[in-house]
Amino acid sequence: MSADYVLETRNLVKEFKGFTAVDDVNLQVERGTIHALIGPNGAGKTTVFNLLTKFLTPSRGTILYNGEDITYMKSAAIARKGIVRSFQISAVFPHLSVLENVRIALQRKEGNSFHFWKSEKVLQKLDARALELLDEVGLKGYANTVTVDLPYGRKRALEIATTLALDPEMLLLDEPTQGMGHEDVSVVADLIKKVSANRTILMVEHNLHVVAQLADKITVLQRGAILTEGDYATVSQDPRVREAYMGVEADDEVANAIAAETAAANAAKKEDVA
Amino acid sequence: MIKINKLYLFLIVIALVAPSLVYPVFLMKLLCFALFACAFNLLLGFVGLLSFGHAVFLGTGGYITGYLMLHTGLTPELGILAGTLGAGLLGAVYGKLAVKREGIYFAMVTLALAQLAFFFYLQAPFTGGEDGLQGVPRGALFGLIDLNDNFAMYYFVLAIFIFGFWLVQRTVHSPFGQILKAIRENEPRAVSLGYNVNDYKWVAFIISSALAGLAGSTKTLVFQLASLTDVHWHMSGEVVLMTLLGGMGTIFGPLVGAGVVISIQNMLSGGELGNYIHIIMGLIFIVCVLAFRSGIVGEFQKLVKKNFG
Repeated sequence: MSADYVLETRNLVKEFKGFTAVDDVNLQVERGTIHALIGPNGAGKTTVFNLLTKFLTPSRGTILYNGEDITYMKSAAIARKGIVRSFQISAVFPHLSVLENVRIALQRKEGNSFHFWKSEKVLQKLDARALELLDEVGLKGYANTVTVDLPYGRKRALEIATTLALDPEMLLLDEPTQGMGHEDVSVVADLIKKVSANRTILMVEHNLHVVAQLADKITVLQRGAILTEGDYATVSQDPRVREAYMGVEADDEVANAIAAETAAANAAKKEDVA
Repeated sequence: MIKINKLYLFLIVIALVAPSLVYPVFLMKLLCFALFACAFNLLLGFVGLLSFGHAVFLGTGGYITGYLMLHTGLTPELGILAGTLGAGLLGAVYGKLAVKREGIYFAMVTLALAQLAFFFYLQAPFTGGEDGLQGVPRGALFGLIDLNDNFAMYYFVLAIFIFGFWLVQRTVHSPFGQILKAIRENEPRAVSLGYNVNDYKWVAFIISSALAGLAGSTKTLVFQLASLTDVHWHMSGEVVLMTLLGGMGTIFGPLVGAGVVISIQNMLSGGELGNYIHIIMGLIFIVCVLAFRSGIVGEFQKLVKKNFG
């Protein structure tokens, strides 16, 4: 049933001078789901990410996108195929306006990106679509702001709007809520939920609350290898996961914290239904 | 926008009457270097690429134009066109190699390639080696206007400069320029949006080197001389100084920078301080880097923004 998988890796390995950062990973991302990749620090999450988006080249193994081998394609080519990534640090163009940020993504399909003899006024026809996208993430009022002046959470929202401008089939989000305050986290989590319609999302995330709330399937990485997979309830009950996260002495306090996260997540899901 | 247009109008009027007030050859020298600095600024200021071998394009343009004017009797506009295309072609080859590297490595690759060309020009028979190409005829523009008249030559150079300046502005404010700015701002993000950034850098490099060649070709006609000075790495350093002093990434920065540097050199070269010219330029450079990093125009813009913005 490989047709159900948008993205698949087979025996993916990445070695750095004798150190194996990613060890024989078989990852399968099902179409239309939100798939989370979690694991303790140094588990190889970001390396997997960089392999998938070709910012790194795998040592061995294959990466399939819709059944097509993309293992040795270049990053920009992958992006044109419909896999667009975000970065751990907010990836925006800081000294351009918010509108221009989105427009740069829209511009690619116009085919005029090498036209140095034309006035940039030809890009104004993209403004309406750019504003629409900004409106979707609640940034319409900031269209003419210089991006560097936006608060952190809004930069994330802008990054998502820019990514959506490419209308990607698949989004790869690298720690979308990292370094955010509580309020921003829930705004961004809602945003991810909203944009996941008709799309497949693979995200690396530290915030278990967000993972519990969003992810349909979770893959836990440890020391570069897959420890276990499943939905949040299964994964969070797995003693190996607890051990990987908390060390051997997983005490009650941490177990309680996880229980609380689960409860909160369930409550959030109920809210969604209501 | 209207304010900017008025400023342009004002500058053009000044440029038109200037040769009646100031020695035209000095003005032409200034315009040539201003064009060279504008071309360089396109790369440094708008793509974030520090080329440390840009003199090679200035010199190559000069040698090609000089050689053709001396030996083939081409009209000056064709001679300049050939020099520009030649420099652009060399830029295409050098750029292709250089854009694969980033930061200091990019600077080193461009410097190494430029030195390669320097020693080639030193040995090659058609450049006249240490003597250079002397007595290059200015010819008659389109076969009609005699350019030996300094006034006619000045207006020809002014037209070339305005074209070059316009082209840089157009490039910066074009769909292509948008992508260049995106690359300067956040290269990995530009890649993740699907842009082959090296191709964009390469095209910018070609435009910049062709314009540097245009400046060199024009300069050769003005001074009727093409020499090793123009390909020497000192010249590559000088254009960095002009751009930083004037304000990189600004519209008028390179112009102001070239004006200041050329004026100081002119003032000093005749007098007793002539021997200390490099020391003085070095000091200016140090002060610029330490005290006003955004350059004269950059600092001025900040001041205006702070007080009137």
